[in-house]
Amino acid sequence: MPKVIYRQPDGSENAVDVPEGWSLMEAAIQNDVSGIVAECGGGCACATCHVYVDDADLVRLPPVSAMEGDMLECTAAERRTGSRLSCQIKMTAALDGLTVEIPDSQT
Amino acid sequence: MPQAPFVVIGAGQAGLQVCDSLRKLGYTGKLILIGDESHPPYQRPPLSKKFLSGDVEADRLLFRPASYYDKLDIELRLGQSVRRIDRSANELECEDGSRLPYAKLALTTGARVRLLPCPGAEQPNVHYVRDLDDSEQLRSALAAGHRLAVIGGGFIGLEVAAMARGLGKEVVLLEALDRLMARAVSPEVSAYFANLHRAHGVDLRLGCSVREIVPGDGGLQLRGDSGTLAEADLLVVGIGVVPNTELAAEAGLECRGGIVVDIHAATSDPDIVAAGDCTMHFNGYLGREVRLESVQNAVDQARTAAATMVGQAERYIQVPWFWSDQYNVKLQMAGIGMPFDVSVTRGHQADDAFSLFYFRAGKLVGADSINRPIDHMACRKLLAQGTMLTPEEAASEDADLMQLARAG
Repeated sequence: MPKVIYRQPDGSENAVDVPEGWSLMEAAIQNDVSGIVAECGGGCACATCHVYVDDADLVRLPPVSAMEGDMLECTAAERRTGSRLSCQIKMTAALDGLTVEIPDSQT
Repeated sequence: MPQAPFVVIGAGQAGLQVCDSLRKLGYTGKLILIGDESHPPYQRPPLSKKFLSGDVEADRLLFRPASYYDKLDIELRLGQSVRRIDRSANELECEDGSRLPYAKLALTTGARVRLLPCPGAEQPNVHYVRDLDDSEQLRSALAAGHRLAVIGGGFIGLEVAAMARGLGKEVVLLEALDRLMARAVSPEVSAYFANLHRAHGVDLRLGCSVREIVPGDGGLQLRGDSGTLAEADLLVVGIGVVPNTELAAEAGLECRGGIVVDIHAATSDPDIVAAGDCTMHFNGYLGREVRLESVQNAVDQARTAAATMVGQAERYIQVPWFWSDQYNVKLQMAGIGMPFDVSVTRGHQADDAFSLFYFRAGKLVGADSINRPIDHMACRKLLAQGTMLTPEEAASEDADLMQLARAG
């Protein structure tokens, strides 16, 4: 199963097996990765599952939709080039080994 | 003698949040979460959305993995209910007759669906959407039937109608009032959604009351005052919910269309708090008593309830927010816009991306946003901070609301 590495603000990391088709938010929740709040349960409605993807990895991801782009304007932590909502990133084999960093605040 | 446990009755979003917050607040004693369903706590919003359409399966609705409950030492008692609260003894009487003492008790009993009150409503192909089992049954019934009737033009009915159209079903939706989501949104937003559903092929009938349901040609016949209104293979009823207050009321706790709690989520008993859909609560943000059915209220009020259980005087002062997904339209509601005396539109209906901002006595009180998440998030911030916004600013795309909100 492809893996995703969740990096906490303190630098600690969790490597998690993510079934294809699951979102990175769901995988984080189901593996009890802290720092992903996901108040709306994946509806792209709350901007509390914000993550930073390493710039080099951005090309592996599907583009940001207009809705996600708007919600990223509303995150609690600053928006950077690598900002994504983890509920909007669906796992695929091509994303194996992806590292996402969790911001220090979501709300 | 060890201290009696903290007990939470109701294993929905609010119940889980109480437990989670208790552990985060440092409560290390025994913690028991009792739920009458057989499933561990799961998300309800997808039951009328992605779960119903088959896009996600039940395992993906769970809030937490089994390991979470072990790690946080939360004892889940599923498929169990409580018969009575014995407040004089600080004990619960469980369904099996056993007694369970509690040091503190949280009631997160939620709500149940309002049943269709007309004759013939009790039939196997009449469905409701409240819990996972309901939604699973409806999912299989939808796979087998082609003609769906929906009674109720609120969030649930409309979300189900949209899903069913997506699955290629024939859909007729009957709403007794003259507009959709009348409790929640303004007439203008109701009209937008009526057009949206009609454009997607829903046979939408407003001001239409069903008086009787009779078995019909391979399915059901819905009858009104002047004859047959519609025929369908299956019917979904979404006409609201009733708060589960019985346990509280029988224990002598004050109930008034909900379990009455104060700004600390405390009931009249110092050892009992309540949170979520079941409460009639003093809402610190609105400055009045209200019952809210939402994820936001379940989560935020539960946090306050947990704080009260550990003796911290936190106050529940949060801007209410809600959302609904219908087709490719996301409706997000901030604040409580109704009633209002002035409303302005930001953006354009024709683009399927606009917001209505509502003002009462010159003050911003809420906004409904259609595919305009920035407006929604900005409105939440503005409301929370009490930042003044004029109707002119709200209507003008030149005014950057998020910037105004950040400037606070």
